[in-house]
Amino acid sequence: MVRSRLILLVAVAFAIRCGPGPALAGDAKDGRQVFAECQACHEVGAGAKHGVGPHLNGLFGRVAASHPDFAYSSAFAHLRDVGHVWDEETLDAFIRRPEAVAAGSRMIFGGIPDPSARADLIAFLRSVGDGTGMALLSADADHGVDPAVLAIRGDPEYGAWLSGECTTCHRADGGDKGIPSILHWPEDRFVIAMHAYRSKRREHPVMQMIAARLGDEEIAALAAYFANPAE
Amino acid sequence: MKLDRRSFVGTAASTAVLLAAPAAIGQGRPRVVVIGGGAGGATAARYIAKDSKGAIDVTLVEPTRTYYTCFFSNLYIGGFKEVADIGHTYGQLASDHGVNVVHDWAVGVDRAARTVRLAGGATLSYDKLILSPGIDFVDGAVEGWDVSAQNRMPHAYKAGSQSELLRAQIRAMREGGVFAMVAPPNPYRCPPGPYERVCMVAHHLKASNPTAKIIVVDPKPKFSKMALFQEGWADHYPGMIDWIGPEFGGGNVSVDPAGMTVTIDGEVTGVDVCNVIPAMKAGHIAEVAEVTDGNWAPVSAYDMSSKADPDVHVLGDAAQQGDMPKSGFSANSQAKVCANAVRGSLTGSKVFPARYTNTCWSLISAENGVKVGASYEATDEKIAKTDGFISKTGETAELRKETYVESEGWYAGITADIFG
Repeated sequence: MVRSRLILLVAVAFAIRCGPGPALAGDAKDGRQVFAECQACHEVGAGAKHGVGPHLNGLFGRVAASHPDFAYSSAFAHLRDVGHVWDEETLDAFIRRPEAVAAGSRMIFGGIPDPSARADLIAFLRSVGDGTGMALLSADADHGVDPAVLAIRGDPEYGAWLSGECTTCHRADGGDKGIPSILHWPEDRFVIAMHAYRSKRREHPVMQMIAARLGDEEIAALAAYFANPAE
Repeated sequence: MKLDRRSFVGTAASTAVLLAAPAAIGQGRPRVVVIGGGAGGATAARYIAKDSKGAIDVTLVEPTRTYYTCFFSNLYIGGFKEVADIGHTYGQLASDHGVNVVHDWAVGVDRAARTVRLAGGATLSYDKLILSPGIDFVDGAVEGWDVSAQNRMPHAYKAGSQSELLRAQIRAMREGGVFAMVAPPNPYRCPPGPYERVCMVAHHLKASNPTAKIIVVDPKPKFSKMALFQEGWADHYPGMIDWIGPEFGGGNVSVDPAGMTVTIDGEVTGVDVCNVIPAMKAGHIAEVAEVTDGNWAPVSAYDMSSKADPDVHVLGDAAQQGDMPKSGFSANSQAKVCANAVRGSLTGSKVFPARYTNTCWSLISAENGVKVGASYEATDEKIAKTDGFISKTGETAELRKETYVESEGWYAGITADIFG
């Protein structure tokens, strides 16, 4: 495994700062693979935008939840209020057990128990820098949904009715214990995800069944409703 | 059935406005009385109150102050949950949505006068009545057993004190003792329920009383998720569970609660704990309201209205609706269709075409979950299944764990959807 000198230096610095206990040197290249799980919601690289989650360019040294143009859950807003800064240490704690750091957030992420995978991911996120030097990584690429379908403006009232089929499992209050939250997603992301289930590009028997009988207009209606839900 | 949404909505909404005019204009707020505060009734009360924003007066009649969900009560029996984890109260329905929660028994329904009489003496008037009374047991279904014997031989099929009793009996069982279950005939509440319970009892006994035996006496040749359960029993509880189907006398059973024996096809067996799950029928108030035909209450698939009276809706286990299993998920799904139709009829709000879904998760052993589910549509004849899925035998431990974690998420989701 080839490791860049810079990353080793970072790791050494990390180890010194953290005192005793093993500090793992991450491999940004391996971390790119780990990031695949994050990429469903987070973009990085040149031109990255907020999606289901905020983009992760320029993450290091930034105060949590500090993008003014992203609607954070109260769990992350609280971190901002207490001045929580993202660095190797705080990111490692968060990625290990998100619930311990931001309990009740809307993030669909159970954590990564493997310390070397976490170190790789953190090395990757650091290698992103401000994103300008990296090609865009986005779940939007190659989603296969017709732009005309993405352009459909959904009827939120119809979406409110249809949402009853969702809220038996997906909590209307945004809690996500075991089943992801679907509140406040950008409409296009919601539409892309539902079309991926309908075309069976995305796995999940319940979601494939639910999506199978939703038409384009119904998916757009749900996307419109859940982007700004009533409760 | 395929309907163009816009034309359907237009027709239904304008019809609803015409029909609703007298009730809505005549005597102030229209009144809905809901009997039964489980997955069907509490969801219906909550959605009507929430979505009508106070335009409809909703009263929920439920005798218990804390409702214990039957779903997940097997996990309590297996030691994966505590009883408080499956208990829910009605405060939020009252405080967040203005539902008038009355803790009393409904004992009479006068459909001509549109009134409900309560055991406490009060009378409630309604424009629409929603019955979601769950199940009662058929008298004499298991020879030797009646409700007076339920402390000796618990059913634990209405959760709460019965679940606590059964768990305590299993935990107190002598070393190498016998746990017997008398399984119910179709149709009954929660088709995988008895078999998940067998897994949970086995899970507990395997750790604390590994020489104990489990006998399941079953009048049915096949049951829900049968291959998945049988695989689980063989893999996790080998040699512990003896399932006796009808070809070996599982349909010819009597019990003696005083002597703690079970007689299977003439052969008497002594047992230490006996879980009798008798044949079921709609909760008694449905009979009192005279909306039943046989054991269940037939309903329209389009809005869950009673075939005997369009101003009475029947939800959940008590309803005879077609292909949906009797489950909390089904009741919750039906309640939303009913709430939308009732609101449309009383206030002229838009009525959308019915959609139904169900998924049932079951736990086989620790972090080993399986699921079965289907989607349904309304037809003139019944609620008809359109599509479905089921977990497969031989799945990886990782997938089974995901399914279990998902079931925990579902429990949190549906109970929030029911009780607020």
